[in-house]
Amino acid sequence: MAEYTLRVRRYQPESGEAAYWEEFQVELDPSLSVLDGILQARDRDDGSLSVRCSCRAAICGSCGMKINGESGLGCKTQIGEAQELADKQASVGEGSSEGNTIVVEPMGNMPVIKDLITDMESTHWTKIRRVTPWLLPHGEPPEREYVVEPESMIDITQSMACIQCGACVSSCLSMEADPDFIGPAALAKAYRFVGDPRDAETKERLHDLANDPHGIYDCTHCFSCIDACPKGVAPMDQIMRLRRRAGEEEIHDVNNGENHVNAFVKMIEKKGTNDEALLLQESYAPGIKGKLKPTKGAIKGLLGSLPVAIRGIKTGKMRSLPKLIPGVHPKLPDGAQDEVKAIYAHAEEHREQFNIYIKGEEEVEPEPDEKETV
Amino acid sequence: MKLAYWPGCVSRGFTAELHGSMAITAEKLGIELVELDRANCCGAGIIAEHNQELADTLNARTFALAQETGLAMMNICSTCQGAQSECQQRLDADSAYRAHINEVLSGQGLSYEKGKGGWTNKNFLWVLVEDYGLDKLAEKVVRPLSGLRVGPFYGCYVVRPKERLGYDEYPDRDLYLEKTIEALGGEVVEYDGARKCCGFPVITMNRETSLRQAGTHVGDAIDAGADCLVTPCPLCHLNLDMQQPEAAKIVNRDLGLAVLHLPQLVGLALGAEPKQLGMSKHIASTGWVEERLAGTPA
Repeated sequence: MAEYTLRVRRYQPESGEAAYWEEFQVELDPSLSVLDGILQARDRDDGSLSVRCSCRAAICGSCGMKINGESGLGCKTQIGEAQELADKQASVGEGSSEGNTIVVEPMGNMPVIKDLITDMESTHWTKIRRVTPWLLPHGEPPEREYVVEPESMIDITQSMACIQCGACVSSCLSMEADPDFIGPAALAKAYRFVGDPRDAETKERLHDLANDPHGIYDCTHCFSCIDACPKGVAPMDQIMRLRRRAGEEEIHDVNNGENHVNAFVKMIEKKGTNDEALLLQESYAPGIKGKLKPTKGAIKGLLGSLPVAIRGIKTGKMRSLPKLIPGVHPKLPDGAQDEVKAIYAHAEEHREQFNIYIKGEEEVEPEPDEKETV
Repeated sequence: MKLAYWPGCVSRGFTAELHGSMAITAEKLGIELVELDRANCCGAGIIAEHNQELADTLNARTFALAQETGLAMMNICSTCQGAQSECQQRLDADSAYRAHINEVLSGQGLSYEKGKGGWTNKNFLWVLVEDYGLDKLAEKVVRPLSGLRVGPFYGCYVVRPKERLGYDEYPDRDLYLEKTIEALGGEVVEYDGARKCCGFPVITMNRETSLRQAGTHVGDAIDAGADCLVTPCPLCHLNLDMQQPEAAKIVNRDLGLAVLHLPQLVGLALGAEPKQLGMSKHIASTGWVEERLAGTPA
């Protein structure tokens, strides 16, 4: 048994008062959970302390919360580990290195109803419904069940592991800046149907998600949802797979998403390293030199980057030809560029995807003499 | 200490002052850098988004070039670290997949071997704390950053995902900037955005989401009393510094906070001059930082 101090963010709407912090002393084994600690405080100190919970075994997804600023499940976070993190966070600056309070808050990016209970409907469930989370097969349904190859379903097992706890939504840094972002949980759910061989509206789904200004290209690639998810769904990875599928379908979205990826990929094949001037131009207006007419959005984007360029020229940051004129940037030296081109030829032919979630890591380190000699 | 060195693209492009300041700071630290000038872009996560095998092979090539030198590899970009660690995790997970990737590299006389001689690829920040040592760094300080209030800004790619980035072995990697600032004699400023996203990855796709993130973090650091930010990521620098005047318009407030590259902050404490370190090239003026340090000449 050990003693812990939980510093809980409280909000009691019926009181008419603003949210406030309250500390609770609890005593329990370090291997028990933060949720156990909260329930002990509720039993012993204040019956009005409110938290949503049910299974206490990371199955039901009810007890999403922030613990020391990190989103996750209260029942899956050991209180001893939470104490270690609190002490670690306080170890720099003026803080002490032990006996710090464990900070418990309601999930982020959602309105708070009471204490640790958030309104999952207004953000999470609304966005889940936004991605049409059911199968849309064409034609008459078969007399009995649909038959699919097991291999074709393995691809979507990771996104099927979601328990709808909202921890990823709570942690999402894009949603913090843009509350309309469809978000990690709903987009992971969208991939579950885009990847399902029984679904017949894959293209329509991808068009919809790519052209929404708050869709797949609004994810800022911060990895927060990957660390927050208690079930290993890695929502950001699913969003990147949606982008890959949208690219394969050649969906020219209004957000310049596909343009940007294509421009980047082509540029590295030609130059080996980033030609920033060319990347900017091609992201907004591919083929500006001839074939295609730039869109209104593209012209706006290019014009919008002009003040930045002018400031850069003033300080000397951009005062050189390769930084100002697209395409002047040098290639890699001494035949290295041809090596990069050979890699492109090989990889674009195979396009292999290695998914560690499904294939796992090799358990046994091969002996030195058994190592493959390629 | 001698290291193979992958500077990345942006450090030689729009943030060329980073590449220059790293050279000066490395010399002052006594670190010899062998630059991998034949190496290619890490893909920044974008090439992996298009074709995972392509990103894995391009980075396996860089790793193989580094392994050829017989030296551990250092990078100076959080984004390179994250994108390369992602590929390395897949390459290291499975020998058959590695053999498939090495097939094309073998035609170029190259091969990436898992764990060859304890080979590592580390950001300058990790090298500084784990290999160089903060005690040794503190001994080299000739101009302590006394009274300089510095806000750390990590960049997502060296903070998450923890399991991929070696936090099991090095659990304090998300505190290294604070520890480094303290070792240099500076004062750490706590503010909300230190481990959040600068917004750069969506600057061409959703400018408002992107700049709202940058503007919010810079504003929070100012409100917490920071004299400057420091970052180990040049892409974060683009959004926090180069785009700062644009971000100010989006968050509708005055900003104007200097953002230093990590080698610049270290270099200042080791006695290099701001101009030498390319600080005049920044968009947000570094004048205030120079004023604060003027009382403690090297």
